[in-house]
Parts: sequence; structure tokens; C-alpha cells
Amino acid sequence: MSGLSIRSLSKVFGGLTAVDDVDLEIPGGKLICLLGPSGCGKTTLLRLIAGLEEPTDGRILVDGQDQSGIPAHKRDFGMVFQSLALFPHLSVAENIAYPLKIRGVERADCESRVQELLRLVKLPDAPRRRIHQLSGGQRQRVAIARALAIDPSLFLLDEPLSALDANLREHMQIELSQLQKTLGITTIVVTHDQREAMTMADIVVVMDRGRVLQAARPIEVYRKPANSFVAGFIGSSNLIRCRRVAADAVEAFGRTIPVPFGNGVSSAGVGDAMLSIRPEDVVVRPDLEKAEFRGSVEFVRDLGSSVEIHLSVQGVTLLSASSPRDRPNVSVGQTVGILLHTDRAAITAP
Amino acid sequence: MNPRREPALWPLALFPCAALTVFFVFPFAIMLAVSFHRRVEGGFFEPAFELSNYLRFLTPFFGKILATSIGLAATAAIIVVVAAFPFSYILSRMRRRAQSVILVFILSVLSLSEVIIGFAWSTLLSRTAGVGNLFHWIGLVETPRAYTPGLVSLLLGLVYLGFPYAVLVIYPAVSRLDRELPEAARMSGASPLRAFASVTLPIMRRSITGALILVFVFTLGAYLLPQVLGRPRHWTLPVHITDQAIFQSNIPFAAAMAMFLLLVSLALVGLSLIVGNERQGAST
Amino acid sequence: MTLLLQRGFIGAVLVFLVAPLFVVAGVSVNRPKRLLFPPDGFSLKWYIELFVQNEWANALTNSVIIAMLAGLLAVAVALPLALFIWSRGGLLARALFGLGIAPFMLPPVVSALGFLVFWISVGLYGNILATIVSHAIFLTALPLVAISLGLEEVERPLIEAARTMGADRRTVFRTVVFPLIRPYVISGFVFAVVLSLNEYIIAYMVAGFTAETLPIRIFNSLRYGYTPIMAAVAVLFVLTAAVVFGAVAFLGDLPRLFGAHRSEEP
Repeated sequence: MSGLSIRSLSKVFGGLTAVDDVDLEIPGGKLICLLGPSGCGKTTLLRLIAGLEEPTDGRILVDGQDQSGIPAHKRDFGMVFQSLALFPHLSVAENIAYPLKIRGVERADCESRVQELLRLVKLPDAPRRRIHQLSGGQRQRVAIARALAIDPSLFLLDEPLSALDANLREHMQIELSQLQKTLGITTIVVTHDQREAMTMADIVVVMDRGRVLQAARPIEVYRKPANSFVAGFIGSSNLIRCRRVAADAVEAFGRTIPVPFGNGVSSAGVGDAMLSIRPEDVVVRPDLEKAEFRGSVEFVRDLGSSVEIHLSVQGVTLLSASSPRDRPNVSVGQTVGILLHTDRAAITAP
Repeated sequence: MNPRREPALWPLALFPCAALTVFFVFPFAIMLAVSFHRRVEGGFFEPAFELSNYLRFLTPFFGKILATSIGLAATAAIIVVVAAFPFSYILSRMRRRAQSVILVFILSVLSLSEVIIGFAWSTLLSRTAGVGNLFHWIGLVETPRAYTPGLVSLLLGLVYLGFPYAVLVIYPAVSRLDRELPEAARMSGASPLRAFASVTLPIMRRSITGALILVFVFTLGAYLLPQVLGRPRHWTLPVHITDQAIFQSNIPFAAAMAMFLLLVSLALVGLSLIVGNERQGAST
Repeated sequence: MTLLLQRGFIGAVLVFLVAPLFVVAGVSVNRPKRLLFPPDGFSLKWYIELFVQNEWANALTNSVIIAMLAGLLAVAVALPLALFIWSRGGLLARALFGLGIAPFMLPPVVSALGFLVFWISVGLYGNILATIVSHAIFLTALPLVAISLGLEEVERPLIEAARTMGADRRTVFRTVVFPLIRPYVISGFVFAVVLSLNEYIIAYMVAGFTAETLPIRIFNSLRYGYTPIMAAVAVLFVLTAAVVFGAVAFLGDLPRLFGAHRSEEP
């Protein structure tokens, strides 16, 4: 249950700042997802924690102990790589035993530990197989077992599921998160998939251009995104250009819309802002009487489990999502009434 | 898929196949036949079928030549691969631009024939230019002396000859190596050196064997360096083949030796192909 | 290994590879007709002598004629062969590929002796034509490998797309395949030219005394009288190779031509 502190950490690669003055406190025993688009610095941050890169500036502390100058092989962390990096010249059991052998663990102890790990990752019958005989999901499990072999103080995963197909991926996300809860090991997962982060993380760290934009519980990041980038990256969101006219109100589409104070940017400054509102909070009404706005239906997408309606309101496109049961009876070209449930909307920086 | 009949592609192959048959397969057939022919003093040879050219292999003199040839080639191949592996490995991790510049240079060295290499090394190791002079100048030796001909100078030349070929074989393999593999070893607690020895080296085993065999075959074929950089006792099989063919005008005996050298080389190339096929089989 | 140690090692190897060439370059600018290093004075006269002295100028002419024609002939053999192998595949194609690279892979002395007995038999021994054809066959391997690498990059759907637009096989080759592999054809040609310029043993055995090339001339001078012209030729050879391969690297991706693409690893 090792906690991790990152203090004003930076990494510059020949003029390019990959990680830019990052401060982060990660409590022990949690699963953290570093989330962001490719090139945002999340993998570099993970490699800095692992010791595979030297920071240009700043410090990393594990359980209060400064890691500066400790080479990667003396940190006793476990890591799963994007390519999985399983050793093709070794069998499954030899791969898992590799970190134990390096540490001079007795042969018998090695074997029982490998058995135990294979049971843990649900591959009890595989020890003699070669790596190239395994399926993608099985390789995944072997990589996880190898990383966990020495009971590492930190468990690091770099886009571990990116090679798997969609169904297996969702399944492994759940399994990995259950495994982490069972072991209670501090885990950091790098991903660019917001669904993956929402599924697994205790804390989501959203990054862009080397900086941490927001670090919070998944639902908090979803409900109260720190800025429009976060709002756009986590789930789909309607971002409406607006003017903040009071601490708890914005002006958009020529009307004043109340937004509860404290959602999103909390400083009450007046000026240009963005109103972030989720598609499920945009309600379409065929009757125009009780509506706040009017808009026209541009496209209806019936996904079976939900219905999306693309609307045009004064030239701005809005997305509405509802469950099939609440499906409004509208068709393309029709003018409809629109309600915004602003109690869950957020004001963000433009 | 396409119902329309394709015109046959055979015309394409006609010219290359004819050229290779007439100018490569025929010459070999003739050489094989000549190796059983009888030598004619003052002329070339006359048709016959005798094994005398091959029986000469059984003399201790020939045994010594063979041992010298194989010993030199094996030593050079080992030195070359021991140097070329880390060289290629580090090279593949440099910036793309630097890699290109160094590869251009390696290719330029590869294109040099033994004449140029022999000449360059004999100059570098001579008394009046290069090392001999340099050692005298910095006061290492009393009077400048030549370091050629000799075993060391011959080995230097052979290593110089074989090195670019080894890079040619090893470089693609190491640059395709997943960089995360040694990193995974390090995250498992292995020091950089141990990660190299326990992961990188075993994975590269096959291309290393391939390079060893290739360089061995190439240096075994060296026809001129032993003459220029070595002493007569360092003369290898190809030198004797040239000598017999041109200066002793004994083409049948030269042909017999060439067939023998060919068999040894073919066996080794075949071995490296088998090793290569195994590698392809393992990666799929 | 630390970065410094790595760079040091690369540097040491490069010094080993450069040193003899460096000394040769120094020797080539000597003022007196002696091979001295450091050179005695500085003069480029030996580079001029190469073009002036009859026997050297002859050798130069022979070398250039042989290299250009052998290069063209090698491509003429390799290009249709590579196309055939590429479009056919299978065991026969692999065997033909092996036949194409065999002359280059065998010990040069063996190929050279084979050519020697062949040209004696057909009565062209000592003719420059024999050298040209022998070099072309010997060097076919280079354009064959280069063009095959190029063809590997041509994606089959591209051809199918051209076919659906109504192009026949000939048109597809002319408008789609050839433009894509042109850099590889050129690389193969220049590789063959550069190696032909340098080649010694085949040229020597097939027509060494009548069609003397620069390497033969150098070797004869090694035995019968040193002259800095030898060094000048060596320097020109290295420079030619460096310029040609540098141009190939500049126009294409040399590390990739070497087969260094990681992304396509299965």
C-alpha cells in the first residue's frame, strides 16, 4: 500500500517538454488512470515513475522516499508494457519466474510462486507453453503475472489492453480492476480510452500537453470537468459558447440560463465561458409550449440501447440522448422544443 | 476471381533465366568437367577423366592450406561478430540521421575490393606511412618499422573486409527488436548488463549465427589479402586457386580446388538458410 | 552501458574503419613519387596524372565502360526476374531468386574461375565483353535484392484498384508498379556500378592482361612499383561510393532499405 508523491516533475526531450511541472498525490492502494490523447505525456510520466527515464526536474517519492538516482532495476516495481514485452525465447513459466530468478529465489519457491500467479490470472494450465502459442488475452495475463511476481510496491501498466479486441478488452478491464481490489496494490494505468478509465479508476488524472488538467474521481471528472478540454475528452458533451453574467447564471441563445454555483469553474468572474452539458441532460419535446428553446431536428440515430438526436439551435449543433423508453416521437426537419437540465451542467473556462 | 485469362508471365523470366543459365550454370558445369581434365604443359587443358586433381587434396601440404584457410576465416569471423553486434545495437538506437550517415560509410567500405583494402592497410602498417611512423614519432619505438606482412596485419585486413557484411546482417535484426523487451528485463530487476545477456543476446542468437557464417564464408573466399598482408605460409585456398590458374597454368587443379571451396561454402550457406528459416518459423 | 561508453565504442570502430582510408588520402597528396605519411608537401598532381598517364587513363576508361554496361545488363536481368518472382511466388520463385544471388554469394574466386573456363571454351578469353558479361552476372544479385525489397512495398490492393479501373497488366506496370519501384531500380543499378568499379578477381581472371581495370592496375603497381596514383584512385573510389550511397540515403530511407522497419514486425 505504497503512496506516491510527484513534486513539480518535468521532462524535456531536446527542447520538447513532454511532462510539464506535474504535481500529484496518489494515496496507497488505489488504481489511478493517466488519461489523455496520444502525445500528452502520460506514458513519459509513467516511465519517469518506473525509472526508465530520468526527470529533467522535480522529484518522485514512494512512501516518502525520494527515488532520484535509483535505477529502474532496483525500484522493485512491476510493469506491463504496451507491447507486453514477453520474452519470446522463454516459456510462460520462465517468463513469470524471470524477476524471481534475478533475485536469486530458490527453485522450489519459484515454482510454487509461478503456480500461484498462474492461478491468480486464471491460466493454471499454461506453464510449459511458448509465448507464440498464446492468444492475445493469454499473453496479457502472463504479462500481468510476471509484473506481479515479486509483490511490487507499485504496479505500472502502459496501455496494457490496447492490443485486444473490443469485447475482450471490456472483460479484461473488469478483471484487472477486480484483481487490483483483491491485492490492494497501488496501480497506475496509462490509457487513452476514457471508457477504460471510467471502468477501472479510483482516480482519473486527465493530461494534455504535459500538464495535469484534473485529478479526481471518475464521476466528478464527468460531472464537473475542470475545463472544456476535459469535458470534451470524457464522454461526449455539448460545449456551448456563452457569457457568464453572474456566479450562477450564463447567457446563451439570447436567454439567461441558471447554472448551480460550484459546478465546474468556481471563481465567479464574469465574462466569456463555456457551458458544458451532457447529451442526456438535453431533453427534446415535440410540443413547443413548455420549451425553453426551439430547434430543428437534423438527424436521428437509433442505437438500440439509446437514441441520439442531433439538433440545430440558432446555428449551434446540440446532441440529445435518451433511453428508448423516453424516445420522443420526432422526425428529421421537425421543429421541436428543448429543455436543458442545467442542474448537472458546468461552466468551464473557454 | 478474374475470369479473364491472364497472359502468361513466362516471357518475363525468359531472358534472365537464359542469361543465368548460359553465363552461370554452364560455366559451373564446364568447371566441374575441367576439374577432371588433364593439364597440358604450356597450354590450357585437354578432355580426360582422371581423379588426380582431387587426389592431391590428400597430401599434408594441402591439409595445411586448408587448416590455415579455415583457421584464419574462423578467427576473423569471431572478431568481426563480437565487434559488429554491439556496434549495430548501439547504431540502431542512435538518431535516424546519424544512422544514415554511418550506414552510408559502412556501405562505402563494403564496396571496396580486396585490392583497395590490402593497399590501404599495407600503407597504414608500412614503415614510411602510418603506424610505423606514428609509433616512432611518439617515441614508442627506436626506429620506424613495418607491421606488414604478418599474421596480425592479415587479420586486420580480413576483419576490415568482413565487418560491413556483419553489420548488414545484424543491423536489421537489432533495429527490429522490440525496445520494451530489455526494458521489461530491467523492470524485473535485471541490471542493464544482465538484461543484455539474458534477453537481448538470446533473442538475437540466430542473426548472430547467420552473421558468423556469412563472414566466415566471405573471409574464406579472400583471394588477395593473404598475398598482400600475409606471408606465403598464410596463403589460403583462394590464393592457391588463383596461383594455379594464372601463374602455374594448371586450370584443372585450380578447378578441383574451386569445386572443393564451393562445396564447403555451399554447405555453410545452406546451414545459414536453415537457421534463417527456423527464425521465420518461430516468429509467426 | 552508459551513453559515453557506447559513443566511445562506435567512435573506436569508426576510427578503425577510417584510419587506412585516412592514411591513403594523405599519401595521395605527396609531392614526391613516394608513399609518405604525413605527406611530404601538398599536391594534387597524382589526381591529374591518373587522367594523363596512358596506362592509368586506359584502365580508368576500361573500368568506367565495364561498370556502366555491366550495371545496365545486371538491371536488365534482375528487373524482369524480380517481377516474375514477385508476381508468381512459391518454390520456383524462391529457387530462381537463389540462382540470381548465387554468383554474388559464392566465393568470388570460384565464380571467377568458372567465368575463366567458360570464356576460354567459347573463345572470348581476354575480351572486354567477357568482363562486362561476367560482372553483370556476378552483380545481378544487387538490383535483384533491391528491386525485390521495393516490390514488397507495393501493396496488392493498389494493383487491384488499377485493374478495376480497366488497366491491363502492361499499363498497371507502366503507371503504378514501375513509378513505385523506380528508386529501388536506381539503387540496384548504382550498387552494381560501384561494386563493378571495385571488383578485382573476376576482371583479372577473365581479361586481366588485355582489358586492364583500375583495381588490376593498382595490384600490378603494388608488385612492380608504388606510385601515389594508386592512393588517388582509392580515394576517388571511396568518394564515389560515399556520394552514390549518400544520394541513395538522401533520396530514400537507407535504414529502411537495410530492412530496419520495426512497425511491420508480426
